[in-house]
Amino acid sequence: MAAAEKQPVAITWAGPLNGALSGLLTWIDQRFPLMSLWRDHLAEYYAPKNFNFWYYFGSLAMFVLVLQIVTGIFLTMHYKPDAAQAFASVEYIMRDVPAGWLIRYLHSTGASFFFIVVYLHMFRGLMYGSYRKPRELVWIIGMAIYLCLMAEAFFGYLLPWGQMSYWGAQVIVNLFDAIPWVGPTLAIWIRGDYVVADATLNRFFAFHVIAIPLLLLALVAAHIMALHEVGSNNPDGVEIKKVKDPKTGHPLDGIPFHPYYTVKDTLGVVVFLIVFGVILFFMPEFGGYFLEYNNFIPADPLKTPPHIAPVWYFTPFYSILRATTEDFMIYLALGVAAYVVLIWRTVADLRVRTAAAAVGAVLIFFMKGPEGLALDPKVWGVALMGVGTLIYFLLPWLDRSPVKSIRYKGPITKTALALFVVSFFVLGYLGTLSVTEGRTLAAQVFTFIYFAFFLLMPWYTRADKTRPEPERVTW
Amino acid sequence: MLACLLLTAPLVAVAAEGVKLDRLPADVSPHDAISLQRGAHVYVNYCLGCHSAAYMRYERLRDFGLTESQIRDNLIFTGAKVGDLMKIAMDPKESKEWFGAPPPDLTLIARSRASGAGSGADWLYSYLRGFYRDPSRPTGWNNTVFPNVAMPHVLWQLQGEQVLRTEVRAIPRGSKGEVEKHELQRLVLEKPGSMSAAEYDRMVADLVNFLVYMGEPSRQFRIELGIYVLMFLGVMFVFAYLLKKEYWKDVH
Repeated sequence: MAAAEKQPVAITWAGPLNGALSGLLTWIDQRFPLMSLWRDHLAEYYAPKNFNFWYYFGSLAMFVLVLQIVTGIFLTMHYKPDAAQAFASVEYIMRDVPAGWLIRYLHSTGASFFFIVVYLHMFRGLMYGSYRKPRELVWIIGMAIYLCLMAEAFFGYLLPWGQMSYWGAQVIVNLFDAIPWVGPTLAIWIRGDYVVADATLNRFFAFHVIAIPLLLLALVAAHIMALHEVGSNNPDGVEIKKVKDPKTGHPLDGIPFHPYYTVKDTLGVVVFLIVFGVILFFMPEFGGYFLEYNNFIPADPLKTPPHIAPVWYFTPFYSILRATTEDFMIYLALGVAAYVVLIWRTVADLRVRTAAAAVGAVLIFFMKGPEGLALDPKVWGVALMGVGTLIYFLLPWLDRSPVKSIRYKGPITKTALALFVVSFFVLGYLGTLSVTEGRTLAAQVFTFIYFAFFLLMPWYTRADKTRPEPERVTW
Repeated sequence: MLACLLLTAPLVAVAAEGVKLDRLPADVSPHDAISLQRGAHVYVNYCLGCHSAAYMRYERLRDFGLTESQIRDNLIFTGAKVGDLMKIAMDPKESKEWFGAPPPDLTLIARSRASGAGSGADWLYSYLRGFYRDPSRPTGWNNTVFPNVAMPHVLWQLQGEQVLRTEVRAIPRGSKGEVEKHELQRLVLEKPGSMSAAEYDRMVADLVNFLVYMGEPSRQFRIELGIYVLMFLGVMFVFAYLLKKEYWKDVH
């Protein structure tokens, strides 16, 4: 019945195919919601008209996802997930497979660019409060995508079986060793062996080409469905659905995604490809950041490289891990204590105060408690690194500002965001370098700033002086 | 003659954080087929005995103008076919016993030796010119770029024998005649080889040119293709920009 009610498809161009095409579309539409999908997600999905530069990166992330999947399929045709053959098979692709080098560089450059566009996409969300009500689930699903992406990159990086592939995986899997009681067993279970070996390579390959991509695709679909349910945010952080044309019922400040944003995003893709092309064709290693020099040496389980660094997109978190030294624990404990005091003095609810004090006491006990009971700093390093990636999930509830967009937020919030960006970059840079005393100190200071941005957000966003949001979007 | 050699001999400051690398001369071009052919010739004569290039096929040497028969007649000393990979017969277990470490495969050496200090080519160019006599080493050789390297100086008959001399130089600092003492280590050619220093440097440069090529044979094509792709994208940008402008002219 529902199908019968559907309007015939309006084809706006004339020609001999007109009748046949419209007939075909009607035939499909009576069996599959093709036109309603088209309308809901493209032709009649109303997006704010004032999207700026920062709004290109969502569609670009989708573009890179497709690029990675397509190039990945072709790489899989020649790659051998076998410790004895993996390295040589990659070189075979680079040398003997027609255009193999192009496919491989597209994939390796694409991996780094995936993170570049996703980080910019996330930063856009941070700036304009895209995680705020009613978009909490869009944000949470997005963060799940980010975690999957990290897993995907981590598993994929082992596959070329170079020295950095091998030792990077060794270092990261060994982190699980640090988990009290179950750690060592868990690490062996993950590797399938006592060291990273053929079994590890095989299972990482399975995760990289099947498990995680499936999850990624499903999550991306959910991300877009959730977004289209609530509608896109915009640089002003005001809801365009509040002001609608009384005749059509469409938001006055909205424009149909297709054709407006499809043509705009096409321009974005072309500009992206120009930047991407410059790196791919003229500097595919990108100074050792996209393809690490050491990774041109086949994996050697008996030869540990003097300096092991993960690829650049993991280095902020790697820095946090390395910053957590024995000396750092006292400051960490003091930080927890100060945070409990802050909650105790500013929150009226006695249950919250008691809970905070209890959690704080437990944390401090295991950080600086009696010898033998306090956990190894390495455990705390792993925990901090984990919290550093997961804390983004809480943003919708940490931000208490009356306005969404940075445009109308006050000087404290703007400074906090700027400091956060600086700390992310500094931690990232430090993570690529070897450790010195000064660098560790810097990493510790910026680790504090990194976490303060999130943990103090409920206070500074509320205390900050905001400007009133406009009724309608501005340019 | 000797004075001239001293002047051209590279100055190396061996410090804790590593050596300053000499740059590969700028006139060494990946388009120079003669240089690449010479480099390949040196490689198969002096390197391939111990160092495989196991991801590289002999036939790929056609990239810089060699014919299949030229490759077969001049560059293959084993029973290998032109389509075969450039492997070696040495057993890595045995070579490990002989040298302490099996000689590494060199297909990708120019890529893996790149670092913050310089490109892989710079490293190789400095390394192959950095051998000096050191009686304390089992091979009798040491290297300024790769201290205590396991490899003896294979090209010594060509280059001759260098020694490492330490000189203390007083550099005036400030106005009151203060001096700062600098320890400089300098490679000095003691016994000339069959080549002059300039000839040897040129030969090493050609070999490095070949090693860079071998690290990524598709590099030249990659760069050429990149120029066309970017030109195409430039045209596409104009159309995409105009299309966007046309559609958006009514959005205010």
